[in-house]
Amino acid sequence: MTHYLDFEKPLAEIEGKAEELRAMARGNEDMDVETEASALDKKASDMLRELYSKLTPWRKCQVARHPERPHCKDYIDALFDEWTPLAGDRGFSDDHAVMGGLARFNDRPVMVIGHEKGHDTQSRLTHNFGMARPEGYRKAIRLMEMADRFGLPVISLVDTPGAYPGKGAEERGQSEAIARSTEKCLQIKVPLLSIIIGEGGSGGAVAFATANRVAMLEHSVYSVISPEGCASILWKDSNKMREAAEALRLTAQDLLRLGVADRVIPEPRGGAHRAPTEAISAVGNTISSMLAELDEVPRDQIVATRRSKFLRMGAHGLDG
Amino acid sequence: MNWITNYVRPRINSIFSRREIPENLWSKCDSCGTMLFHREISDNLNVCTNCGHHMNITPRDRFHALFDGGVFSEISVPEPVNDPLHFRDQKRYPERMRAAQKATGEKEAMLVARGEIGRTPIVAAAQDFTFMAGSMGMYVGNAIIAGIEEAVRLGRPFVLFSAAGGARMQEGILSLMQMPRSTVAIQMLREAGLPYIVVLTHPTTGGVTASYAMLGDVQIAEPGSLICFAGPRVIEQTIREKLPEGFQRAEYLLEHGMLDRVTDRRELREELIVILRMLMQLPPATWGDLPPPGPEELPEDGAADQVQAAPNPALEDAPRKE
Ligand SMILES: [Zn+2]
Repeated sequence: MTHYLDFEKPLAEIEGKAEELRAMARGNEDMDVETEASALDKKASDMLRELYSKLTPWRKCQVARHPERPHCKDYIDALFDEWTPLAGDRGFSDDHAVMGGLARFNDRPVMVIGHEKGHDTQSRLTHNFGMARPEGYRKAIRLMEMADRFGLPVISLVDTPGAYPGKGAEERGQSEAIARSTEKCLQIKVPLLSIIIGEGGSGGAVAFATANRVAMLEHSVYSVISPEGCASILWKDSNKMREAAEALRLTAQDLLRLGVADRVIPEPRGGAHRAPTEAISAVGNTISSMLAELDEVPRDQIVATRRSKFLRMGAHGLDG
Repeated sequence: MNWITNYVRPRINSIFSRREIPENLWSKCDSCGTMLFHREISDNLNVCTNCGHHMNITPRDRFHALFDGGVFSEISVPEPVNDPLHFRDQKRYPERMRAAQKATGEKEAMLVARGEIGRTPIVAAAQDFTFMAGSMGMYVGNAIIAGIEEAVRLGRPFVLFSAAGGARMQEGILSLMQMPRSTVAIQMLREAGLPYIVVLTHPTTGGVTASYAMLGDVQIAEPGSLICFAGPRVIEQTIREKLPEGFQRAEYLLEHGMLDRVTDRRELREELIVILRMLMQLPPATWGDLPPPGPEELPEDGAADQVQAAPNPALEDAPRKE
């Protein structure tokens, strides 16, 4: 069962019709529906390409949040060997919104950190929809420190609507945890690379994505605030999220122009959720080439180059 | 004692009845509702004389009261790209900027200056909540970097007064990038072995709290300040329950281990002097009225810095102890 987004409705109708025809034909051997069904397939495929070649910023937000989009764990399972999750912040608890641990990438030991959203009701609740509490950031800090001590590159997979706005999270210092995690990103002497695989939600994303290299999937987004939140503040109407998404310049393409993203990873036709294996392998290739790039940087320059990258950031706007 | 706050308050209240005083000379305390004479408020650093409620104070007024003799040199901040995203909501961003500049008489949401407090040389930055809710954009990032570069160059501590609704949405992702940018600057300060003191004022929220405002060596807050990442309304909507009294206020954060101190604005200057002199390995401060600051605080020849010698009319006619 494909989950269709609202703008994919016409596509759903065509694909549904083709499906229906074929189902009818299965019950009746005399019927030849294949010509008609293939024509519909072709139409659907063209429509899909057309739709995804010019997604509006709001539609990109929808795609980035698509429930069937590959999540952190899918990337870890497919791209890494010997995945050994490490838990806990050593202070309060283990935050399941954040996954972290040791793994091998092409035989090379690395530290992986990422937000996991979950894929069904139960796992979404377990992972708190990818919204981390202070313990999640503190776990990440601990793992980044460990990676730094043992010379392991850190790979972060960012996919979060934002840090969790909860009572306990605030009491236990959500702001401080995010600030320290960002600070840690800037301190570690090992290469840090980050992939925005879905949603890069505000400070909750910065805490992992203050990296030497940041890549974004073609339909991922990265923003200071959700379009809905921005709309309700600036337009006083949360239904103006389309306008807000437009104004915020949160697409991978805009972020590349602004120098916040270093590269954009093309997604399969119709988005990563339609061909997860393909999307995951594209991310794998990007990790591999970014790691190689960073291997060229002398280790004693890793911190300095990361810092100067952020200090220079924003020196030009969209006009270049 | 700071001589600006240490003079006899005008006893004008008893001379005029309220009706005869023009409306604009009086303000109502947002907390207890007491009508307060404007000069009475400004003499008391915008703290209600009746209930102690801390009202907003502009960076310029704060610096006049903070620095010895009200003298400080503004540090010039590199201009960022104007309207980098061509942002438009119901108004264009440049229009909102112009309106904020007109309303406040300031260029942007942060003022950075160097000067002395109790003869202790410092660099200070203060965020202006009246300027687009003090929001953090490229300019604020540049201001923090410029201030810290100056602090490192002169070997001085850096004191930051935060006040912000969060990031400047009109600068989109570039406002968010001020979190790492300001953090890089703080690391430069740390590496130079210089103290970083944060004074959190009402309100400090969002990306500002989740970056430079939470990274101080010493974290002080003014009483009653709202300090949070997510605001109370957002949390109530998420968890669907009423939050306890005082949640996310300075005193609450102090109890939860997130702050070192909660200090009344009227005592803040002395406290900063005491702390900074210890961290800087300086002898104890000499309390009492001091002669004007030395020539090193006056602008260098040809420098763009501008000296602010107490032009605040509220302070001009204040009786001064010699
Ligand atoms: Zn009052």
